[in-house]
Amino acid sequence: MAILITPDTRILVQGITGDFGGRHAGLSLDYGTKVVAGVTPGKGGLTFEHGPHRVPIFNSVADAARATGATVSAIFVPPPFAADAILECAGAGLDLVVAITEGIPVRDMVRVKRAMAGGNTRLVGPNCPGIVTPGSGDRSHGGCRIGIAPGYIHRKGHVGVVSRSGTLTYEAVYQLTVRAIGQSTCVGIGGDPVNGTSHLDVIRMFNDDPETRGIVMIGEIGGSTEVDAARWIKAHCRKPVAGFIAGATAPPGRRMGHAGAIVGGAEDTAAAKISVFRECGIEVAETPSDMADALVRAAKARGVALN
Amino acid sequence: MNVHEYQAKALFEKFGVPVPKGAAAKTPDEFINALAGLPEGPTMVKSQIHAGGRGKGTFTDGFKGGVKFCRTKAEAREAAAKMLGNTLVTLQTGPAGRKVQTVYFTTANEIKKEFYLAILLDRAASRPVIVASTEGGVEIEKVARETPDKIFKVVVDPAYGLADFQVRDLVTRLGLNAAEAKSASRLIRALYAMYWETDASMVEVNPLVTTPAGEVLALDAKVSFDDNALYRHPEIVALRDLNEEDPKEIEASKHSLNYIALDGDIACLVNGAGLAMSTMDIIKHFGGSPANFLDVGGGASKEQVVAAFNIILGDPKVKGILVNIFGGIMDCDVIAKGIVEAVRLVGLRLPLVVRLEGNNVAAGKATLSASGLTIVSGDSMADAAQKIVKLVA
Repeated sequence: MAILITPDTRILVQGITGDFGGRHAGLSLDYGTKVVAGVTPGKGGLTFEHGPHRVPIFNSVADAARATGATVSAIFVPPPFAADAILECAGAGLDLVVAITEGIPVRDMVRVKRAMAGGNTRLVGPNCPGIVTPGSGDRSHGGCRIGIAPGYIHRKGHVGVVSRSGTLTYEAVYQLTVRAIGQSTCVGIGGDPVNGTSHLDVIRMFNDDPETRGIVMIGEIGGSTEVDAARWIKAHCRKPVAGFIAGATAPPGRRMGHAGAIVGGAEDTAAAKISVFRECGIEVAETPSDMADALVRAAKARGVALN
Repeated sequence: MNVHEYQAKALFEKFGVPVPKGAAAKTPDEFINALAGLPEGPTMVKSQIHAGGRGKGTFTDGFKGGVKFCRTKAEAREAAAKMLGNTLVTLQTGPAGRKVQTVYFTTANEIKKEFYLAILLDRAASRPVIVASTEGGVEIEKVARETPDKIFKVVVDPAYGLADFQVRDLVTRLGLNAAEAKSASRLIRALYAMYWETDASMVEVNPLVTTPAGEVLALDAKVSFDDNALYRHPEIVALRDLNEEDPKEIEASKHSLNYIALDGDIACLVNGAGLAMSTMDIIKHFGGSPANFLDVGGGASKEQVVAAFNIILGDPKVKGILVNIFGGIMDCDVIAKGIVEAVRLVGLRLPLVVRLEGNNVAAGKATLSASGLTIVSGDSMADAAQKIVKLVA
């Protein structure tokens, strides 16, 4: 079943007429994803052309959703307009918004998150690589790719991957794929301090997803979302989990201000997070090269077949 | 982006946060004018650098204290003359210290009691939080560790803004008398308005003081701003002081590269912040020491790669380079061409290990091997890290 998106999910792209959005809309179409609409205010009625594909462009998200049945949006618009683009999706009642845009002001995201609280639209990101549910074709073709991840490195299967970082996610996925271990869904939640979906939100979904048999959780220094997820995993998760935290060698002086350390608590260093992972029964990857192997170890210990 | 104390206090005044009367000077000639605006009597002289611990710092010529209490304005002028142009070393500057290019004179107010006040983002709540403490003028980390019950927090709902009851709660817990509470409430509201309207990342006042005359004043001010929001605050951008930034980091930011210098000898060039951090981690894991953090970002061009090489090689400590690229957005062949061009331009003599994976990787690897340059190829992150550590040892 995968989580959040399936190969049948119909996607619209906000910012499809920009270089960045257009390029990745094209790559998603090549991957076999159902990109059914583009949205650029003022360019409604035009068509996005890519190879044999003709994607209609609309002036608003609501128009696009009504005309095409799109339920999910991928946002590629520039940072000054991104908060508005996210809210437009919530207004149009989409199920899911994936904000790829990097560099949205924190204050904008604080307001967006407050405005979306209690609503039915889920936000993933911003500043994230997106989501991939691999397909069953050659090199995972036919899957649903939202965002900027290289689709072909995936393989359809039963491991869920959740991460704050883009390229580090690809690294983990690639390691799994070369070991012939497929993925159910790979979710990049983004590296910004305020984002829509947390590690824990995704872990809960993986735990409930019958297709997912094991989970790779990739985190970084700062904040406490990995620690929250780890504690929940210890209490509730029935599946093997491997974890990695980046930033053990990051210089502490470069973190912002003194008061940040109080609010963030004492658990936002790499060492502290890794020690919580161990405490919670998560198999820790010692290096970024060890992420897939760590999950293999965790699965073996629990007698779970990942394939 | 960080600003100096005197700049932060000018913003405070604009928003109605009371601060001691003060004036800044960038040359000895300006001392007279700056001091002319202050009343005769006790005066503080404060070195303006972007680092904490100034009061306990020492100048490289042996002069002690980057913040001085002076009994008269004449004495303040003498102290300022010793600070200006001198290099101040504090716990936060590193051994090289920072050259003081501005001094700030303020009246030295009598203090009744010191408090702590800060506003920043509470990441867990995704909302602003006001942090206050009855223990001011000391390290807040120490207070948090030893007497956490003396720190109070109020999380602000961005849909409503700072509510009256929250301000009342804060001033009550700070134990202020009625007159002080009134002034402090005004100050907290003004400070919150400044935090919110200027897109600040953090506003810290340590200490916030009450005086025997019944005033409530921000004696110090430390403010940083959200870089992503600077596009809508040209008045804040104008406050940027390039003298306070690492020239290599400035050069990097011109090319949209994210670079941070470190102490080691293995330079890294990586795409993506998470992968860049973990590349540093894996170098360390195999016994090496990273010379920098360098994230070339998602859509790196050939020009950016060349610029990145120039910045890396500008660090004399560097003995070897590890390039680690996982091409998601970016085409590995573009990176490969950038590497080849950079190596040709700069005439690289240091060992270089390149690990490429992802989008168009075959073409990228072909470009590297067709170049005829001595580039060691790494198959995985672990393999590449072990190779560069060995080559540098």
